Amino acid sequence: MDATILGFLLLDGLQNGVVYGLLALSLVLVFAVTRVILVPIGELLMFAPLSLVWLLEGKLPGTLWLALALGGAWAFLARGREALLPVGGGLGVALLLLLALRVPALAYPAAVALVVYLGAATYRVFFQPMREATVLSLLIMAVGLHVAYMGLGLVFFGPEQFRPRPLLEGEILVGLSRQGGLVLLFALLAVVGLYLFFRQSLFGKALLAAAENRLGARLSGISPQEAGMVAFAIASLLSALSGLLLAPLINAAYFMGFMLGLKGFVAAILGGLMSYPVAFLGALLVGFFESFTSFYASAYKEALVFLLLVPALFYQSLRARAVEE
Amino acid sequence: MKRWLALALVLALPALAQEALKVGVVVSATGPAASLGIPERNTFLMLQDLLERTGGVAGRKVQFVILDDASDTTQAVRNTRRLVEEGVVAIVGTTTTPASLGMIPVVAEARVPTISLAASKDIIHPVDAQRLWVFKTPQTEELMARAIVADMVARGVKTVGYIGFNDAYGEGWARFFEAEARAKGLQVVASERYARTDTSVTGQVLRILARRPDAVLIGASGTPAVLPQRTLKERGYAGLIYQTHGVANPDFLRVGGADVEGTLLPAGPILVAEQLPSGYPTKRPSLDYIQRYEARYGIGSYSTFGAHAWDAWLILKPALERALKRADPAKDLAGFRAALRDEIEATRGLVATHGVFTFSREDHLGLRFEDSAVMVRVEGGRWKLERTFR
Repeated sequence: MDATILGFLLLDGLQNGVVYGLLALSLVLVFAVTRVILVPIGELLMFAPLSLVWLLEGKLPGTLWLALALGGAWAFLARGREALLPVGGGLGVALLLLLALRVPALAYPAAVALVVYLGAATYRVFFQPMREATVLSLLIMAVGLHVAYMGLGLVFFGPEQFRPRPLLEGEILVGLSRQGGLVLLFALLAVVGLYLFFRQSLFGKALLAAAENRLGARLSGISPQEAGMVAFAIASLLSALSGLLLAPLINAAYFMGFMLGLKGFVAAILGGLMSYPVAFLGALLVGFFESFTSFYASAYKEALVFLLLVPALFYQSLRARAVEE
Repeated sequence: MKRWLALALVLALPALAQEALKVGVVVSATGPAASLGIPERNTFLMLQDLLERTGGVAGRKVQFVILDDASDTTQAVRNTRRLVEEGVVAIVGTTTTPASLGMIPVVAEARVPTISLAASKDIIHPVDAQRLWVFKTPQTEELMARAIVADMVARGVKTVGYIGFNDAYGEGWARFFEAEARAKGLQVVASERYARTDTSVTGQVLRILARRPDAVLIGASGTPAVLPQRTLKERGYAGLIYQTHGVANPDFLRVGGADVEGTLLPAGPILVAEQLPSGYPTKRPSLDYIQRYEARYGIGSYSTFGAHAWDAWLILKPALERALKRADPAKDLAGFRAALRDEIEATRGLVATHGVFTFSREDHLGLRFEDSAVMVRVEGGRWKLERTFR
C-alpha cells in the first residue's frame, strides 16, 4: 500500500462514515427521547431520492399516497384542533408535490417535506399510541415497519436502481467528487446545527430534558409526545437530506436503506445509544474500517464490520449497571 | 348432493371432451427478479393468444397455467406442487436459480418434465435421477465465461482482475471464469467481492488497480453492476472492462449512462438480432419473436429473458406433438409425462432465438457455444455486435 491508496481509502471511509454518523445521531436522538430503535430510518432515507427521481420524471411517487394515508390516520387519532397539523401538512405536501411536477427545482424540497411528514406521521400513528410499551415491543414495531416500508418501496419504485443527476459535477481533488464534498459539508453543517439547536434553543433544551428524564420533563411542562414527534421529524430530515445527497454517488434503489441504517446502528451501539460524539466517532470508525477491509479482504467485509459490535457490546455489558426504567 | 354431483359432471364433460393440455408456468413476475420474470410472463400470455387463434398443438387446446413465485423459493415450490396436482403435462420455470433448484426434487418426485428459465449450470448438471426431468434454455455462466475468455485472448489480454457479487451469481462466475481463464493462459491477478447493496467499492477497485490488469471483469447483474464500473472510470482505469450477460437490459444503460460506454459483454445472439450476419441460424426466429412481442407490448419492449421463455415453448411444442402420438394424457397422465420427457431429450438441431438446441442423455442444456453466444459492445447507449464465434 502506498500513500495514494491510503489517501483514497481514507477519503472513501470519511465519505461513508459521515453518512453513517448522521444516521447514528438520528438513532441516538430518537432512542433517547422515545426509546424507539428507529430501524426504518434507512427506508426514510431511501424514500427521498426515489421520490425525487419520480418527480423529476413528471410522475407522482407512491410515497405520496402512503404519506396521505398515514396523515389521514394521524388526523383521525388527533381529532379536534390537533388535527389541523396533519391535515394542513398533508395538503401542503400534496400541493408542493403537484407544483414540483411543473417546476423541477421544487422537487428537492418536495421530496424532503414528504419524508419529514411521513416520519412525523409514522411516530404519531404507530409509536405514540404505544408509548408505555416496553423497549422490546417498540423494537418489534420498528422492525415490522422497516419490512413494510421496504416492501412498499419495491412496489412504488420497482426493483432496479436509479441515479439522480448530481447537484455538482466534477471533482474537488482526485478521489473526492464535488458531490462527495457536498456530503461532507452537509454533515459538518448538520452536526454544528444540532449542537447549536440543543445548546442554544429552548426547544432543543426541552428535547434534551425529555430525553434525560421523561417524568421530570413532564413536570416542568414539556410534552413527551411533542418531543417524540420533533425527534422523529429531525431524524427524517437528516436521513432525507443524506439520501438526496448520497444517491447520485451510490445509485438509489428500494434496498439501499437497510445496510446504511444498520451501519448507522452499529455506530450508535458503539456510542452505547447514549453519547452523540461517541456515536459520531464510532460511525467514522465504521466507515474507515469498512473502507480498509474492502481493500484487504472484500469477501469478508460485511462480516468484519458487524464483528465490531462484539467488543462494543462486551464493553457495554461490563460497564452496565442495572438501571430502573 | 347427488344433484350437485350431476351438475358438476355436466359442467366437466365439455372440458373433458376438449381435453385442453395444461402446461404449468412459474415465473417471478414480482419481487427483485421481476424485470426478468415480467417479459417471461408476457411471452406466455402472447403464446396463449397465438395458440387460441391457431388451434393449439396437434388439434388440441393448450392452456398455460401461469403462477407468480414473487422471486421466492418457497413460493416457487408451493406453486410447483399446485401445478402437479392440477395435472399439468409439463412445467416451465422458474426465473431464478435458487427457486429452480428448489423445484427439482418436487418435479422429479412427481415425474413431470420441466424446462427452467434460470442460468446456473447446477440446475441441469449432472443429469442424475432427479435432473433427468429437468432441462433449461438460458446459457450457463460456463458458456458465457468461455465467450469472454475467447474475446480476451483475441485482444491480447494477459492479466485480468475480477470483481463480483458476494452471492451465488458472483461466486459462480468467479469459479467458471477463473478456471477458463487459467486454462487459456490468462493470469487472474485480483479476485474481489462486493454486495449488491454496497454503497462504495473504492477499496476493491484500488486493490485491482494496484495489480494493473489489462482487463477487468465485473461479475454482477442488473443495475448494481454499474457501481464498480463507475468507480474504475473515476479512478482512471484505462483498460478493457467486461460485464456478464446479467446486465443485458435497458436499465443498465439507463443508470450507467456515459460511465458504461465501451463495455464488452457476452450475450445471447437475440440481443443484437438485426445486426447478426444473414447466415446466422438464430437470426430468423429471433426477428420473428421480437416482431411479435413488440407488436403486442410496444417498440423496444422485448428483452433477452422473454426469449428464454419463447425458446422453452419452441422446444416443448414439437415434443408435445411427438408425445401425443405415443400416449394419451387423458387416459395415462404419468405415461404421457414420461413420453414427453423422452421426446424433449430427443430434440435435435432445434433452431431457437438463443441458439440451436440438441439435447442428449448427458446434456440437458443442449446449446453449443458457437451459436449461442456473441460479444457485444456498448456504443452510444446501444448494444452493438462486436463478434460472433461461428
